[in-house]
Amino acid sequence: MDCNGYRLENHDQNLFPKPKVLVLEPPPVFIYHEEKLSQKFHFLKAWDSPLPLDQFLTTHAHSVQAILSHGSCPVTTNTIRLLPSLGLIVTTSAGLDQIDLQECRRRGVSVAYAGSLFSADVADIAVGLLIDALRKISAGNRYVTQGLWANNGDFSLGSKVRDWSLSCRKFYWAPEKKLLILNETSQLAGGRKVGIVGLGSIGLEVGKRLEPFGCNILYCSRNKKSSASYPYYSNVCELAANCEVLIICCELNDQTRHVINKEVLLALGKKGLIINVGRGAIIDEQEMVRCLMQGEIAGAGLDVFENEPHVPSELISLDNVVLSPHRAVHTEETLMASVDLVIGNLEAFFSNKPLLSPVLLDE
Amino acid sequence: MNQTGKEKNPNLKKISGIKMKSIGVLMTCPMHKYLEQQLETHFNLFKLWHCNSSITEFLKTHQGNTIRAVVGDTNIGADAELIASFPNLEIVASYSVGLDKIDLRKCEEKGIRVANTPDVLTDDVADLAIGLILGVLRRICASDEYVRIGKWKDADFGLATKFSGKSVGIVGLGRIGTAIAKRAEAFGCSISYFSRSQKPFANYKFYSNIIDLATSCQILIVACALTEETRHIINREVIDALGPKGILINIGRGAHVDETELVSALLEGRLGGAGLDVYENEPEVPEELLGLGNVVLQPHVGSDTVETSDAMADLVISNLKAHFSNKPLLTPVI
Repeated sequence: MDCNGYRLENHDQNLFPKPKVLVLEPPPVFIYHEEKLSQKFHFLKAWDSPLPLDQFLTTHAHSVQAILSHGSCPVTTNTIRLLPSLGLIVTTSAGLDQIDLQECRRRGVSVAYAGSLFSADVADIAVGLLIDALRKISAGNRYVTQGLWANNGDFSLGSKVRDWSLSCRKFYWAPEKKLLILNETSQLAGGRKVGIVGLGSIGLEVGKRLEPFGCNILYCSRNKKSSASYPYYSNVCELAANCEVLIICCELNDQTRHVINKEVLLALGKKGLIINVGRGAIIDEQEMVRCLMQGEIAGAGLDVFENEPHVPSELISLDNVVLSPHRAVHTEETLMASVDLVIGNLEAFFSNKPLLSPVLLDE
Repeated sequence: MNQTGKEKNPNLKKISGIKMKSIGVLMTCPMHKYLEQQLETHFNLFKLWHCNSSITEFLKTHQGNTIRAVVGDTNIGADAELIASFPNLEIVASYSVGLDKIDLRKCEEKGIRVANTPDVLTDDVADLAIGLILGVLRRICASDEYVRIGKWKDADFGLATKFSGKSVGIVGLGRIGTAIAKRAEAFGCSISYFSRSQKPFANYKFYSNIIDLATSCQILIVACALTEETRHIINREVIDALGPKGILINIGRGAHVDETELVSALLEGRLGGAGLDVYENEPEVPEELLGLGNVVLQPHVGSDTVETSDAMADLVISNLKAHFSNKPLLTPVI
């Protein structure tokens, strides 16, 4: 309290009011870090109001300059049009499909996002799902915890990540005193071909991690990346035909919706695995389920689904599938970094400084 | 003289396939169907498990001097009793790289050759180590279970711990330890290790004291051989040094870890989590571990892939054929 009996916090608030930020639906970061964010910003919580959204916006948010959004919170054309003072949309997500970017471009509204903040975490989960699917780690864990190891004996064999599917195995002592395995043509055996769909920040991190496992990385992307030395395929079907694992690392947009369809899955083949850390709708889920049930592909590791949190019941019954509840970025460390990035972007905006992680809208 | 000190007979002709078929080989337990088939094809195979896995019972119905080779594994190897029971034993070919179930001193004494399966299984074990780390830190196994039992519909799963960039400590920087280090490096991890001696070509920080290693890292991986010195090398002191945010990964041998201390540390929250492929008394796993969400348990599957199992089998057969053709072993230990 100051000498006049005012609570100092309120006094400060009147002199230096916290910038107002509109939030349409509670972002996951609020669950853990709302207090930290609320120390810096005054949040207008649309979901808390009994008013329908349009009314809420025209009544309470007319002067709002910034929106805090997240991956599954749509910021529609309509919403943007009801906010004449809007200058910034900050999303905690790396994905942008929930925001009407065209309208932002038209209105000159800046957008800030997670950039490559999540890339390491997403890549880690992609690799984790791949190893789990090949080596049956979750299934093996169930085998032990259900008491089957003691009663039923050895667990079934998994598949080697490097992959030596050979009819002929020749042993060869390398000069550095290491026993190697050569194939029929006396080449070093193995090198599972892994096809990355979308060689952006996440795809590159996945490739980097898989190289020491002995995987040969191939990729498909909108454009060939001059900096990447991996073999490039211009279409997903051709990529699938040339690899044994497909890892989906691209964003969801009109071109990528259901791009993994029946043709691609059949091209991937009976030994094929699919790992999805992008968005559920990139894969024709019904078709993938059918292929898994009928053995047209060998297995899958999935962090995302078309209709979360609903997961097709057929997948629950399968042992060759690893299921993850869309948590590729849900680590304590990254959540904290994400909050700091949101604060950094909002503070930059409100002090007329360059955003920390702007989306380039003029493409 | 060859390595074992026996005189090599220069007049000994190469043994033909037919003659090899008469050589008595004892397989100690079921290991791999393909290996069993190959042994049956090339040699006169005896299966110890047909006699209740008892040497005494085996000797009731078989002559001990028939056996010239033993194929053992991580369950049953060749201990002093077995070696003493087979006076004509010339070679122990282990379907494993670990030698802790073989009485090496006795073999050396009696001029018995020993071969194992190094290198061919290195990748698999290293891959599993990384898989266990991700399974524990990122809670992949626990969240898979969460989805399967329908809990995702009710509530989000919650937070896990990031792996990339964390500090990794490796106990034993041999073939497997090095392979683990190379993989972890690609995740941006810092690598340090404890070993009998510093490795001159390893570009990682060396600790001569395992407590210092455990204090300095967040993920501690056991990748050394099991010997008298390394039995219970992971004890309460090491576990406490690793701490409540630390995780232990064991892809070595169960006896590397004081299992009782490990269990109590996990239950009391003094250790953050564990990924285990091996246990002191397989296939028994401490019951207390079965329900824990920060623990991933594997049924000793370090090298259990189709590809590696077949390659290990080929290596066992190659070593046996080499020995009985008077050729150098591919992967001799003794």
